[in-house]
Parts: sequence; C-alpha cells; structure tokens
Amino acid sequence: MAGLRELYQEVIVDHSKHPRNFGELDNPTFRKDGFNPLCGDKLTLTISENNNVIEQIRFQGCGCAISVASASLMSEALQGKSRTEINAIFHDFHQLVTQGHNTILEIRLGKLAILAGVAEYPARVKCATLAWHTLNAAITGDTKQVSTE
Amino acid sequence: MKIDFKTLRADFPLLKQTNRGKPLVYLDNSATNQKPRCVIDAISHYYTHDNANIHRGVYELSERATREYEKTRVTIKSFINAKHAHEIVFVRGATEGINLVAQSYGRTHFKVLDEIMISTMEHHSNIVPWQMLADQVGANLRIIPITDDGEIDMDAYQKLFTERTKMVAIAHASNALGTVNPIKEMIRIAHTHDVPVLVDGAQAFPHMPVDVQDLDCDFYVFSSHKAYGPTGIGVLYGKEKLLESMPPYQGGGDMIESVTFAKTTYNKVPFRFEAGTPDIAGVIGFGVALAYLKNIGMDNIAAHEQELLNYATQKLSAIPELKIIGVAKNKVGVISFVLKDVHPHDIGTVLDAHGIAIRAGHHCAMPVMERFQLPATVRASFGLYNNTADIDALVTGLQEVQRIFK
Ligand SMILES: Cc1ncc(COP(=O)(O)O)c(C=O)c1O
Repeated sequence: MAGLRELYQEVIVDHSKHPRNFGELDNPTFRKDGFNPLCGDKLTLTISENNNVIEQIRFQGCGCAISVASASLMSEALQGKSRTEINAIFHDFHQLVTQGHNTILEIRLGKLAILAGVAEYPARVKCATLAWHTLNAAITGDTKQVSTE
Repeated sequence: MKIDFKTLRADFPLLKQTNRGKPLVYLDNSATNQKPRCVIDAISHYYTHDNANIHRGVYELSERATREYEKTRVTIKSFINAKHAHEIVFVRGATEGINLVAQSYGRTHFKVLDEIMISTMEHHSNIVPWQMLADQVGANLRIIPITDDGEIDMDAYQKLFTERTKMVAIAHASNALGTVNPIKEMIRIAHTHDVPVLVDGAQAFPHMPVDVQDLDCDFYVFSSHKAYGPTGIGVLYGKEKLLESMPPYQGGGDMIESVTFAKTTYNKVPFRFEAGTPDIAGVIGFGVALAYLKNIGMDNIAAHEQELLNYATQKLSAIPELKIIGVAKNKVGVISFVLKDVHPHDIGTVLDAHGIAIRAGHHCAMPVMERFQLPATVRASFGLYNNTADIDALVTGLQEVQRIFK
C-alpha cells in the first residue's frame, strides 16, 4: 500500500488531472505520435528546437494517469534543455522507473524522481515512458510510429 | 442437490495466497481460471505413472495413456451432448479451433466474393482468422452490428444474409460485455439460408450447460483453461458430415493412414486433425476438470454465477460515476465498466494493491471498444469459487480509487 500511495501521490494525480503544456504548437520543428497498445494511451508531441535547444514542448492525447503525468512532468523538465542534456536525463529517468529508488539518480532528476514508484509496477513502466520514447524518436528523426509494444 | 459454493473454494490451492500482501481476490476468470486440486493431481499422476506416447505403443503403458486420453474425448462428447465421440477434435484452444475451421473448411469451401459473417463483439480470435482467410481466397467479412446495450441487432443480422454468405461465426458469450447471444435462434436463421455456423464458446462453455445437438451448431470451440482445466488444450466440435468434408489442417504423425513419397492418405476424423504428439497430460487433466464440473452441475454453476452477477451489478451501479458497459438482458458473470475521469489501468493498479485481480484494457476486442468509444474498460469476471465477499472487496477497492482521484 505504501507503494500505491507513492505511485499515486498528489503531484502525480495533479499533473494527470491538470496537465501542463497541454496542446499543440503552431509551427513545431518536430511532431510525433506515440501509442501504447496495451492501455490505449495515445499522445501527440509537438516540439520546437532552436540551436540544438528544445525550446517548447506541447503534448496532446489521452491516457492513464501515469502516462499523462509523466508527459506533463517531462514537458516541464525538458524545455530549455539541450539535446545532450535531454539524452542524459532520459537515460537517468529510464533507469529510475525500471530499477526503482536510487539516491544519486533522484537528486539528478529532481522533480521527475516522483515517478520512481512506477518501478514496483512493471506493467506500468510503459505508461511512464511513452512520452519519453516519443520525444526521443521525434528529435532523432525516427520515422517509425512509436509504440511501446 | 444444493451445492455449498463456499466450501468449493477450498478445492483451489492457488486462491489461498496473497497478492501484494492482501488475500487474493481473483476476478479475472474470463482470462483464465484457477484449477482445482484434482486437476493438478491428475497431471502430476499422469507424469508419475502413465506417461507414454499414445496411439502407437504396443506396450501396456502406452495403451493406458491412450485409454485415458480417449476417455476424455468421450467425456466431452457427453458433456456437450455431441452425437459421436469422433466429432470431438483436440486443439490447443478456442483460437486454434477457429483457425482450423477457417483454414481447413474455409479454404476448401469459400471462393472470391463469398461472405463470412461475424459480429462487432467478437474476440480477436474470432476476427483475425477470418480476415486472414478472406485475404487468401478473396472473400469479404460482413459485420453484425450490436446495440447500445451490447446485444446483437437481430434485424440487421437477418438482413445481412445474401446468396454469397458462406459462414456465420459468432460468440456464444462475449468476453468484453458478458452478453449471451441468442445463438440457437441465430443458428436457426442461418440454416434457413443453408449457412453453417461456428460458435465461439470460450466464454459460455464454463458457465452454463451446452448442448450442441439442441443448438444445432455446425462447429463449437472452447478452451480448457477457461473451464478449470490446464492451458494448452481445447476442443473443436464439428458435425461429422462437415469434419468428413475437410482436409487436414497440419501434416505430421498420427494424422496419416499411409505415407509414401508418391502419395499420403489421411487418417479418419478426428485423428486427421490431430497431427503430432498432443498435450496428453492436458487432455487427461481436462477430463478430470469436466468430471469436477459435472459433479457440481453446470446448472448450479450458472445459477451461482447469476446470483453473483446480480449482486455485483446492483453494488457497482450504486457507485457514483461508474458506468457499466454491456447491459444485455442475458449475461454471463462478466461486468465491464468505466469510472468517470479515471483510466482503467489506474483502477487496475489500485485494485491490484488491494489484492484484487481484474482485467483492464481492450480485452482483445478492440472493435467493441471502438463501438462504445472507449480506450479500455475494467472487467470483473466471476467463477464458481467467487462469492459476495469478493464483490464487496471490489467495491471497497473502487471507493479507494475514487478517494485517490477525487
Ligand atoms: C470469446 C473468446 N473467444 C476466444 C478466446 C480465445 O481463447 P484462447 O486464447 O484460449 O484460445 C477468448 C479468450 O479470451 C475469448 O474470450
């Protein structure tokens, strides 16, 4: 139950109900759809980039609380970051949600670390990482549809 | 005979365990159900005492294995009131049964522009095999629509028949909605057009008496693992005349009469369809599961599960912002529902933390989700060992969900 309370703590529920950066950019540098066939989570990311810096991220779509909160938190955390920084954060984040609590990672990830509780629910890791995989595919120019399956 | 269902729960060893530290409340019986001790023991007994290959040994052990295996065929024949034991074909499950009919019957009997009728509420396993066949022979699928309550639109059904209709394939009961379809009437109508009917009984067979002669269905498929038996084994029932008209599905040992490089002649029905060494232990275990069910009585099981369904429908309907998807008049013990503003997967995770196993998702019936414009639903499905306390636990769990997401 401790795990449950951690997974659905207030910040996560709040981000799922009131997602930040929800919507679409008018002239995005990148646009990408992501799909989690298991849950039916779907999202569309629009991203603007300038000089290797991700300036704005917007997302739209529907999904479970974990996938929406993760997309919302991601959009907040990554705006203004360079590609290199984003790579490093993605790497840390992925490790945290698959392997669980890790003080060093949590310090580096800051607010994003509240998703660490997902690791206790392996079936939900795909929800937590959908937006991240989609963003990664968008900025690396991967043309395949992003699917967590 | 009055059955005390409460005491039956003790027959299922798995149900004694905990799930995330809470007593397990298993409400995912549509996916698969738990096995009684007698089935588990039978499989262990088989490997300890009777294991040998069947239909070929000249020694006592092999004869014993063959006898036990074939005994299950006869048990199944009586269980579903088939006319002949050789109308019972062992397959891996409902899925393989449907694929067998599509590939063996369909490929030899259907041609370009022929039509295969299925419904909106089918499980993917009663959609995709027909789509694959349709692609192979140039046939078309016709889809019987369903109503907002989740029932077959019978007027639309009758109007879909054309001179090109070659097959109706329909679920006896829907795994996503719980609807029990009026298959006897649907079969009668199909037969007035000389169209054979395959019934996908995966969700009906374990929950009610089934009489294939009374239904007059041409094919009926079901899986052992959804009927308290082992995984990996299932049944295709087919009318003798139809099975006789069908070529083998797979080639190999046991399905032949004689083999030379010039020509192979095939074994008779049902062995023609049972190439290779089958899941002998699975078949024997399934026979024991059926004896267990027979002892309780399918009528009693149906009545018990209807009580649970009524109780759960009443309790769940009282939860604010909960909507039941699929409110057909005739249902098996399956309740699909959604909660306003909470995704089914989040509900599933919260319930899991309370020890409750339910299914959240599209239930391998994506066209049903599309019909109701939902990405997914939560599904609770009952088995003979469930009781009202399980449903009370579900309700408490759902209240916790609403507290978290208020
Ligand atoms: C209605 C229906 N048909 C067919 C199947 C397929 O059964 P199996 O996977 O055992 O072959 C299922 C399983 O969920 C089902 O619910």
